[in-house]
Amino acid sequence: MQVKLSLEPRLRDVSPESGLYVLEARRLRVYYGDFLALKDVDLQVRPRKITAIIGPSGCGKSTLLRAFNRMNELVPTARTEGEVLFCGQNIYEPWVDPVEVRRRIGMVFQKPNPFPKSIYENVAWGARIHGYQGNLDELVERSLRQAALWDEVKDKLHESALALSGGQQQRLCIARTIAVRPEVILMDEPASALDPIATLKIEDLMRELAQEYTIVIVTHNMQQAARVSDYTAFLMMGEDRAGFVVEYGPTGQIFTNPKDERTEAYITGRFG
Amino acid sequence: MTSEMQALGLRCEVGGFAANLPRRQRVAGVWRWVLLAATVVGVVVLSVLLYNIVDSAFGYVAVKAKVDPQTLAVDGVPLEDLSKDQLVEVLRAHISEGLMRRLEQERPFAERSREEVYTLVLERVVQPQVVESWSLTDSLLRRRAIQAEVAERYPGATLEFRRWLTADFLRRPQSSRAEWAGVRTAILGSLWVIAITIIVAFPLGVGAAVYLEEYAADTWFNRLIQTNINNLAGVPSIIYGMLGLAIFVRALEPVTSGTLFGLADPTTANGRTVLSAGLTLALLVLPLLIINAREAIRAVPNSLREAALALGATKWQTVWHHVLPQALPGILTGTILAISRALGETAPLVVVGASTFIVVDPSGPFSKFTTLPIQIYQWTSRPQDVFRHIAAAAILVLLALLLSLNAAAILLRNRYQRRW
Repeated sequence: MQVKLSLEPRLRDVSPESGLYVLEARRLRVYYGDFLALKDVDLQVRPRKITAIIGPSGCGKSTLLRAFNRMNELVPTARTEGEVLFCGQNIYEPWVDPVEVRRRIGMVFQKPNPFPKSIYENVAWGARIHGYQGNLDELVERSLRQAALWDEVKDKLHESALALSGGQQQRLCIARTIAVRPEVILMDEPASALDPIATLKIEDLMRELAQEYTIVIVTHNMQQAARVSDYTAFLMMGEDRAGFVVEYGPTGQIFTNPKDERTEAYITGRFG
Repeated sequence: MTSEMQALGLRCEVGGFAANLPRRQRVAGVWRWVLLAATVVGVVVLSVLLYNIVDSAFGYVAVKAKVDPQTLAVDGVPLEDLSKDQLVEVLRAHISEGLMRRLEQERPFAERSREEVYTLVLERVVQPQVVESWSLTDSLLRRRAIQAEVAERYPGATLEFRRWLTADFLRRPQSSRAEWAGVRTAILGSLWVIAITIIVAFPLGVGAAVYLEEYAADTWFNRLIQTNINNLAGVPSIIYGMLGLAIFVRALEPVTSGTLFGLADPTTANGRTVLSAGLTLALLVLPLLIINAREAIRAVPNSLREAALALGATKWQTVWHHVLPQALPGILTGTILAISRALGETAPLVVVGASTFIVVDPSGPFSKFTTLPIQIYQWTSRPQDVFRHIAAAAILVLLALLLSLNAAAILLRNRYQRRW
């Protein structure tokens, strides 16, 4: 029987300095069929901080991110070993409901994927299926304001979300995610499909949201990681093509004073 | 080649660009004609088919009455202007007493309108019979020859241009005489059967497609099911008819005849009902619907599912709110194909036991029935020429019915296709 994951106190009330980790991967291994994609990953995500995951293509960054809210399970051949603790609770316990995990650990994807519905419906849908009792109009407005999109769309809330520009669509996806009040937002290269100006807007938005939410972001763009994140994890692919964490630490340290020479080689652009 | 380029050592041959062009254009031209020819052949064949039908559905007929209407005039007043009472007298004078009594029993003359009595007089007394008929082409091109032929061979016969497809043709029930036959029972039968087919097959087909696409794991068992569904789409329809006969008509007779619910049609009270036919056709179109619905569901981008699931939606919420609405236009396209297929099926219904001659309208799922294709099949196999004409008219009715049902489905599809 699946029991709803319930954790007190709410994460939002936890201070970043408390030393409590929101998400913690412990000896996490992910397989696709027989292929080991992620090998013994240990990673701690601190509350209300932005944690960036960087690394060359194919090193398992997205796999790691998707392991944090059990999205990997949608791939039929995927298999996960080890633990992912959400506030100390392993979300891979058999009794944990993945649906509840995903509500509390939201996700924004690489390519903007708004629902083919109105802007309003995009934001309201998630709250509605979770039985939101309050005023939906207010929730939509608050979410869109938080996503810095309200002023651009307030006059066309009932028009198609697909008519928005790529950057606006991505911010709508963020608004949609925060409308269900998650505690963590996972972002899988959220700006890679956008132009530089839209990218900057998303980055500003991330800094803004980090005051309230814990954010984990996968990015190809090292400048982006350096600009927005508080902590950075550098992943690489081993000889066996399995990804592993090379170095993890405060962003300033990773970018200015990396301990591992492979990290230094990567961030100075010598490979990857 | 300019001297500067030569000085830089750059090779630049202008002539090379057109080397392959003539050959490529020739090949492209040939293919263009081949494809055009294929289209033209298709259009021509369809046109010939339609021409053939229309050709038989209209044309001259030579009509000869058994009793000349002019001899039935009373006191110089022609038959068509007689009052109801006079018409009843005419009827009484020309038909047997027994028939008169039977007609009176069916419905007293006092209750019948003048028009009804007039029709009775035509039907029972005048009895106009089509002695010869011509196709539309002949009627248009050989009018004089036809007139001469009628005058010579059928003295006393009148030549008239007849549209076989008339409002009366749609309203009248079946009759053993082509002049009085109509397709009302067949149209109603077809509509009843199709309604049951769709009501049963649509939810089953979409449900199976959703299961196979969204829920089923990729195991050998599910692959076996999928392969078999694809194969079932190619099974000859008569096999489905035999299956329907064995299961719905025989084994499930208490259900399909309605006796289980106490609703049996007293005239039949066996399993050869609208319900059996509808269920049989539902089986027939089910593979078609499933295959189409699966294609439509598979075409929904995965990013949409991920978006919904990442918000903490359950699988069912994702499917119901996002996948199905996106797939609906494609599913309805499959439904259109299924309706067309079921509406035109004859063989399985013959096996299941469609009535060949029936004058009572089907009134529910437990009625006996006939359908348009069966009616057409019956009429085309008659030796008399006249039946060929009403068969052609019935084919036009079938085509019109098909087009209007499809149009309804297309309208529905376009309504849901409103892209955001």
